[in-house]
Amino acid sequence: MAIRTEPFILNVGPQHPSTHGVFRLRVTLDGEVVVDVEPVVGYLHRGIEKLAEGRTYTQNIPFTDRLDYLASMTNNFAYVLAVEKLAQIEVPERAEYLRIIMAEMMRIASHLMAIGFFLNDLGAMMTPVLYMWREREKLLDLFEMVCGQRLTYNYMRIGGVSQDIPEEFLPALKKFVAEMPTFIDEYEWLLSQNEILLARTKGVGILPRDVAINIAASGPVLRASGVKWDIRKADPYSIYDRFDFEVPVGNVGDCYDRYWVRMQEMRQSVRILEQALEQLPGGEVYAKVPQLLRPPAGEVYGHIEAPKGELGFYLVSDNSIAPYRFHIRPPTLINLTALKDMVIGWKVADLIVTFGSMDVCLGEIDR
Amino acid sequence: MKFERYGIGIAKGMAITFKHLFRPPITVQYPEEKLVVSRRIRGNELVWFPDRCTGCATCAKSCPQGNIEIATHVGSENNYVVDKFELDAGRCMFCGLCVESCPYEALAMGVSYEQAQYRRGDLVWSKEELQPLNKRPSGYARPEIEAALPKQSLLIYGDKERDEGGQKLRLIPLSKKRGRGV
Amino acid sequence: MTLLEQFRLWLATILPGWEWLAYVVPAIVGIVVILGFVLTMVIVFIWYERRLLGRFQIRLGPNRLGPEGVFQPIATAVKILLKEDVVPEKGDKVLHWLAPVIVFVPVLMIFAVVPFGERAILADLNVGIVYVVAISSISVVGIYAAGWASNNKYALISALRTVAQMVSYELPLILAIVGVVLMAGSLSMTQIVASQDIPFFILQPLGFVIFFLGTLAELNRCPFDLLEADSEIVAGYHIEYSGMKFAMFYLGEYGHALAYSCIIATLFLGGWQGPLLPPIMWLVIKALVVFSTIVWIRGTLPRLRVDQLMAFAWKGLLPMAIINLFMIAAEVLWLPETMLWIMGAVNLILAAGLILMWSKLFTLGGGRVEV
Repeated sequence: MAIRTEPFILNVGPQHPSTHGVFRLRVTLDGEVVVDVEPVVGYLHRGIEKLAEGRTYTQNIPFTDRLDYLASMTNNFAYVLAVEKLAQIEVPERAEYLRIIMAEMMRIASHLMAIGFFLNDLGAMMTPVLYMWREREKLLDLFEMVCGQRLTYNYMRIGGVSQDIPEEFLPALKKFVAEMPTFIDEYEWLLSQNEILLARTKGVGILPRDVAINIAASGPVLRASGVKWDIRKADPYSIYDRFDFEVPVGNVGDCYDRYWVRMQEMRQSVRILEQALEQLPGGEVYAKVPQLLRPPAGEVYGHIEAPKGELGFYLVSDNSIAPYRFHIRPPTLINLTALKDMVIGWKVADLIVTFGSMDVCLGEIDR
Repeated sequence: MKFERYGIGIAKGMAITFKHLFRPPITVQYPEEKLVVSRRIRGNELVWFPDRCTGCATCAKSCPQGNIEIATHVGSENNYVVDKFELDAGRCMFCGLCVESCPYEALAMGVSYEQAQYRRGDLVWSKEELQPLNKRPSGYARPEIEAALPKQSLLIYGDKERDEGGQKLRLIPLSKKRGRGV
Repeated sequence: MTLLEQFRLWLATILPGWEWLAYVVPAIVGIVVILGFVLTMVIVFIWYERRLLGRFQIRLGPNRLGPEGVFQPIATAVKILLKEDVVPEKGDKVLHWLAPVIVFVPVLMIFAVVPFGERAILADLNVGIVYVVAISSISVVGIYAAGWASNNKYALISALRTVAQMVSYELPLILAIVGVVLMAGSLSMTQIVASQDIPFFILQPLGFVIFFLGTLAELNRCPFDLLEADSEIVAGYHIEYSGMKFAMFYLGEYGHALAYSCIIATLFLGGWQGPLLPPIMWLVIKALVVFSTIVWIRGTLPRLRVDQLMAFAWKGLLPMAIINLFMIAAEVLWLPETMLWIMGAVNLILAAGLILMWSKLFTLGGGRVEV
């Protein structure tokens, strides 16, 4: 006698500990096996794109903080780069270096968060998260020292940065840069060779190379699939062409590769920080830019390599004080479109792990 | 024949957690122990210096939320007299753009971050509540205030190097308060 | 003769004609003592786990209520008991009420055969260890009932995972116990302790490891905590429980941990035996050591997936347990009793060899099903 079974629908989210925000996955399960996934987004929609059309270019900078709130500094960076490209503003040398330092610090902080919660989704209850938060906390202390806030920095300005760094910033950052490789080694010791982690992540949630390219994935998700594509190298913005660093690339595109790529990227970011600290020049940090900026009419697309992927801002100016159109290309929303292909046929536990390894941020997806 | 996955990874991980058993905890017992915040902290507080304010409303124009409400009338010496300077902290996102834009340094962010209220109405700060009577202005975009504030405590220096700005500042010794379930 | 039996005989001599009373009074006294011990120790364990886990995670853990936060579990208990009892409208209300009881009662019953001292045992059953195994697996019925009665999909997944997990891990667990029984020559818990001049974990390391892992699975502790995997199925079977009923699950979980810590201490670590300190202290210390290891593992390791869990039990632990059992049987049969150290060395080499051999079976990347 055959047992009659039927698939059932499980709502993972919007309130679920592993959806990293308010995200809903409408999962069809056959026992434990995922048959179908339908992501439902929009629970955190605040209409930032529309809000930005009614505000001046400078007033929009705090709004970009609210996109990917785990990496606010890079959001600022991408936006001001786009505006500077639009208005053709030259940025002082020291400000460029400060921006790079901030962006790389932010990348380390964001990856620490991503890895920690990825391991938490795997079931390593809070321990990796707290170890990695310790280092993230050190970075947040430094951000707080520079710009007065720990989450929504609002530090970059069109034409530079808002303030020069205080004198105690550089010694503290130098100490951090010196210590950080030891801590990364420790994280690798903690779980990188762990048999359970390997069993849970190797070969699980594979994003093939061609699919990754087709869906326009970017960031560590794309690089884990074996595509050597990093905007810092491919289209060097700011002064990234002055630094010597490598782009770590995975070869399979499974969850473990995404974890590994992030781990290696932190090491590379430390390298960039070391070089930037050596080369940091003196001088002004803010170009003379009018308070009410009126860029010439036209359109511009500025993109940077944010911790989560290619973050782009598409701005259309009609020579007024506010952008005519303000569009954001969020990396994680586009990476997330691959989720369905990656989890069909896997268990519900793998769904959570794969989703965690994508490192999404709902503030950016829903905007 | 190479043996690699016999539990060595698990043993390494266990060794790391065991090592952490002997490291000092990094958490701060908040109401009793407080960290020294950054000198440039953008706390949940705004300080308004009425004697310096000319009522030019640059701050109101620079606010992304349109959150600052200023009403003035022309006074005896052909100057603006501020009748109303109101700010809704419930809508403010403490971006600091008003402080940066003020040409007369009449606004400053505050150091305090303990501004919770039970009612939303209490979050609207009037002219009187914004004045610097019991407030400490922070050094955000105000270098001369910044220099006078104490050094920020940094986790990176840890407990041993506290003189250089280490982690903890114990305002109230923990043992006296312990057990009261604060 | 246990202390309670002695008490009964003494009562019978001073109360002639009231023999029934001589049976009832010692029973009540025993139950009260055991309950007191279990509840106190459970509270200590809850506090201890939270503090220790905190230290593993470089934080402090609860430290507000009382010195070092020892009253925190009491505050938690008060909070839980004052909460509203929510019953899902479309759930099975009778089962929903019954499930926590079914989980909690067997845990208390295990303590009837835990030897706290040479004669301090509630009932020195001659089949003590069989009783433990039989009773402790009843809890699964309660967990399954809870998952079913909650009318919640997360709870149902959790309940089905539990049943599969328990059935699988019971086998290696029992086979590891049989090794102990062979060496002790008795099923009685007091006899097992008495025969451990050298603790059995030295003599049969592989059996100890298998029993320990099986225990982790029985206790639903990390890395086998699939049924309450908070990152996947939120809280599993007790997702729809609150108030007193949730407290029963909570107590049951920690009571189970305490019971199995005591049983590991009894079977493998020499039970109450030890110099200087009174026997009960030795048992508590050993149980705490076992529990600390469980917390340590919880603080480090991620969770297995459900098919890997099954594979680990059936392809890993079960064959190893069978080989271990035959090896010990052969050694008990042929080795003279005085050459125990040879036995320990042989078993240690065997354990290392088997684990290395089985590590070759470790495969990656499986688990996908075509749909």
